[in-house]
Amino acid sequence: MSRSGVQISVQDLTHRYSSRGPVTFDQVNLESKPGEVLAIIGRSGCGKSTLLHIMAGLLAPTSGSIRLNNIEVKEPSPKWVMMFQAPHLFPWMQVSQNVGIGLKFANFAEDKIRERVEKTIKLVDLEEFAESNVQDLSGGQQQRVALARSLVMEPEMLLLDEPFSALDAFTRASLQKDVRSIAKSMGINLVIVTHSIDEAVLMADRAVIMAGSPGKIKEEIMVELPEERTAQDPEVQKIRGHLMETFRQASTATH
Amino acid sequence: MAAEISTAQTSSAAVDVIVMVLRRLFFSAVGLGILFALWWFGGWLLESNPATMSFADFGPFPTIDAVPYMVQSGTLLDASQASGYRLGIGLLLAIVTGIPVGILMGRSKVFRKLSNTPFQFLRMVSPLSWEPIAVIAMPTWDQAIIFLISMAAVWPVAFATAAGLAKLDRAWFKVARNLGASWWDILKEIILPAIAFDVMTGIRLALGVAWIVIVPAEFLGITSGLGYTIQDSRENLMYGDLAVTILAIGIIGFLMDGICLALIKRFSWHRN
Repeated sequence: MSRSGVQISVQDLTHRYSSRGPVTFDQVNLESKPGEVLAIIGRSGCGKSTLLHIMAGLLAPTSGSIRLNNIEVKEPSPKWVMMFQAPHLFPWMQVSQNVGIGLKFANFAEDKIRERVEKTIKLVDLEEFAESNVQDLSGGQQQRVALARSLVMEPEMLLLDEPFSALDAFTRASLQKDVRSIAKSMGINLVIVTHSIDEAVLMADRAVIMAGSPGKIKEEIMVELPEERTAQDPEVQKIRGHLMETFRQASTATH
Repeated sequence: MAAEISTAQTSSAAVDVIVMVLRRLFFSAVGLGILFALWWFGGWLLESNPATMSFADFGPFPTIDAVPYMVQSGTLLDASQASGYRLGIGLLLAIVTGIPVGILMGRSKVFRKLSNTPFQFLRMVSPLSWEPIAVIAMPTWDQAIIFLISMAAVWPVAFATAAGLAKLDRAWFKVARNLGASWWDILKEIILPAIAFDVMTGIRLALGVAWIVIVPAEFLGITSGLGYTIQDSRENLMYGDLAVTILAIGIIGFLMDGICLALIKRFSWHRN
């Protein structure tokens, strides 16, 4: 599959969990270009995870809308899939069964499921574990299975809710690199919610800073870096410093 | 070298398994031997006392003597089939009712709050105390017994199902919805496989309760089944036949429990 991605438009999005409850975030507006990797950075409680859940159709906004090439997101769909902080795999299933479960929900034919699952498992480097029970895998391998389970649906937008925060540094670095390159090769828009500035710089094309209560988009920063990037690159460190300073200013301005 | 180490490890593991099985068999055999000795001693006590001598056929050797008649006459097989039929239907009804009720208890807070007190109350009522009501309400004795078995067996199934659901990772439902699952997909692909272990454990408990209830339930009103055979043998002073029937009840119950255990192992996805 090779596509160019979709245009994502978040317009005047507001959310509160109950009619009398506090506003989680207010009047959020975002645009993301086709195939772009967008990072949303913010402190805990600023509403970034809630925003991602609404973008996945798992929560309804109080007002406002999200559109993917003019299709409004109102409910979950294989076209916009979310990957969570923990893999939440189904422990009674093998790796291949976990990966293919979404296709089964979508009533794909058995041979089509097998074909796509094999291809996706290969993409995330888990061929030798295809028939293993997921409980026998390491944390990093389990997160790769969760990634494959999302990618196999060939979504137009993949939403990542701090998916690598529980992993060790080496596994995290390897997955950050792989997820970005797979998404680019498949033409998938990525939206990553993270509180790690390093992660945002290493993965994103653009970073937005969310802060305050209710949460608001405070800043947008382009991350214009080559595809091959490491934390040690001077360019990466420069953008990291800039992002850190902007984040600090945005956070202190709201406190 | 690596291949040799691997072969040696495999052989060592096989030896460990054989030793474990032999040890288990040894303890089972010794336990059964002790039980048999106690049985023999009880029979000997009955036989040696003139006041209880007429019950001496309860002892192991008269019982063993009675086995060929009970088998060849078809008494044991017919009785087991009749009880098995009632148990099967009663248990099936309990499963068909208990699993959906348990799922409702596990998934709906309102239903759980509404049902908790009445279900706990009903659970504590001895299933046999329903017998007069069952006899009035049901057109046949067979159906009355099946009703009693269902009443006894439904609670372990329902509560085990609800407990299984309570343990589920709520995020699995979110992941499934995220991947486009319908409620039917969630039930079929997530809930049922996830709770199969707990449901089977509930069925095992239900089977035990039902097997205990069926014998006294068959004491009245019918002319077939293991309970009836016990009652009939007692009235005809055929204590050897009675003891054979008790033995059969124990063996059948033990085998059914073994099948349930195998199924629990088959459906278990839990590590350790």
